[in-house]
Amino acid sequence: MERSILHSDMNCFYASVEMLHHPELGEKPLAVGGDPEARHGIVLTANYPAKRRGVKTGMALWQARQACPEVIFVPPRMDLYLRFSRLAHEIYADYTDLQEAFGIDESWLDVSACIDSVRDPLTIAQEISERIKHELGLTVSIGVSWNKIFAKFGSDYRKPDAITQITRDNYKKIVWSAPAADLLYVGRATKRKLAAIGINTIGDIATCNPKILCAHFGKIGYILHTFANGRDETPVCPENTVSPIKSIGNSTTTPRDLVNNDDVRMVIYLLAESVASRLRDQHFAGSLIGISVRDNGLFSFTRQKKIPMPTNISDEIARYAMQLFAANYQWEKPIRSVGVRVGDLVADEYWYQTDLFVDPKMREKQLKVDVAVDSLRRRFGHDIILRGQMYFDRVLSGLDARAEDHMVHPHSYFERGNQLGKEVFYE
Amino acid sequence: MTVRRGYKVYVDVGAEFSDEGELVPKYLIWEDGTRYEIDRIVKHERCASRKAGGAGILYVCRVRGQDIRLFYEENYRWFVEAKTL
Ligand SMILES: [Mg+2]
Repeated sequence: MERSILHSDMNCFYASVEMLHHPELGEKPLAVGGDPEARHGIVLTANYPAKRRGVKTGMALWQARQACPEVIFVPPRMDLYLRFSRLAHEIYADYTDLQEAFGIDESWLDVSACIDSVRDPLTIAQEISERIKHELGLTVSIGVSWNKIFAKFGSDYRKPDAITQITRDNYKKIVWSAPAADLLYVGRATKRKLAAIGINTIGDIATCNPKILCAHFGKIGYILHTFANGRDETPVCPENTVSPIKSIGNSTTTPRDLVNNDDVRMVIYLLAESVASRLRDQHFAGSLIGISVRDNGLFSFTRQKKIPMPTNISDEIARYAMQLFAANYQWEKPIRSVGVRVGDLVADEYWYQTDLFVDPKMREKQLKVDVAVDSLRRRFGHDIILRGQMYFDRVLSGLDARAEDHMVHPHSYFERGNQLGKEVFYE
Repeated sequence: MTVRRGYKVYVDVGAEFSDEGELVPKYLIWEDGTRYEIDRIVKHERCASRKAGGAGILYVCRVRGQDIRLFYEENYRWFVEAKTL
């Protein structure tokens, strides 16, 4: 029997939760973003009135103010958003045990078991949408389809407060005419490479000979072809949804093999900087540090360790990661790929609860340095400021670890090892 | 202690747990210090208040012949959705 899958996406989530709690602001442009007083930080989410005026996620606050002088900045309250996320999961749980969070505000639901003569998937989507509006005061856009990829596509297709069903009858018309970049996991770099071989729409991917895609992209080429044809069979994985984002990590295949600790240190620092920066953007700190390493043969391993207090400081993350590496690798072979991950996340407002043996002033300084580096890089690009050690080998350190090609999503689609054989995602 | 933010008035509430584990508000102290007995719960349901700004469990309470909207917010505080500013 065909599956019935919904993908539910809460619209402008952080901003909508804030709008609900600030009825006095009405429909004024609002953006949730880090510490406006300290004049740093970025827009995490903007509401529609702000978006219409040009405010975008990821913008520095001063840029947002330039685009829309009346914008009202609200500091993020992660604990509040996590509670609303959990309330949404509770509503979903009334319909299925098979729900899978994708970030804090999106979920896949396999509702196949509730389909009967009275309720079709569309009715269930309508019911969920109504309940979220009534019970949480938020809107969702929901995609309905027979596979996760098209369900996700449907939730992005029309928003806010909309339901889009992608069926066997309409997918060629709706999905195939959309730009290639609208397909899950076609990032900016992949989009560029696709365009270079004349592939611009999802339909182009679907109808292209998969061997050609494979020749250009490796196994991911096959996966994209499968996705574009609606043949994704990946199940909706039930899981603990209390804290939807479990960890943030990056991994990369290096431009050349790594042959000694100095090489590895360079890559680990690059990855740690990008992971720390993403943690800070999302206002998280974590107390579980993990690494993944693959050599140029078949050997790979992951190790993790619990650290005394949550961190989002790049130097701390890098040091722990390096310790883990040094304690666990004997250099039998050169290394091809490295990943760094931070888990056990908490809202970063708690991070300063220091213990007896750590100098809080030193940590504060390190954090200030990181934040200053973030803001320089945001304005002038990644390479505007680099650690001295990066100059040992600019080919190796030239990787922009924040570039999306290396990015492991907060909650990777391939996290549990996907069913399609791609092995480069480590998280 | 009552705190008012627009239409949202946080109030002190006296509540009981029934033998079935249900939370039942019995009285509330309004901002002027008056204690109001809750005569009856007309209905309760999960609900958001766009007027006061928040979400939780709404108790529509009969108090001195009138219905008031009392919320047990998701942060475990009680507020009344005021009728006027
Ligand atoms: Mg969303």
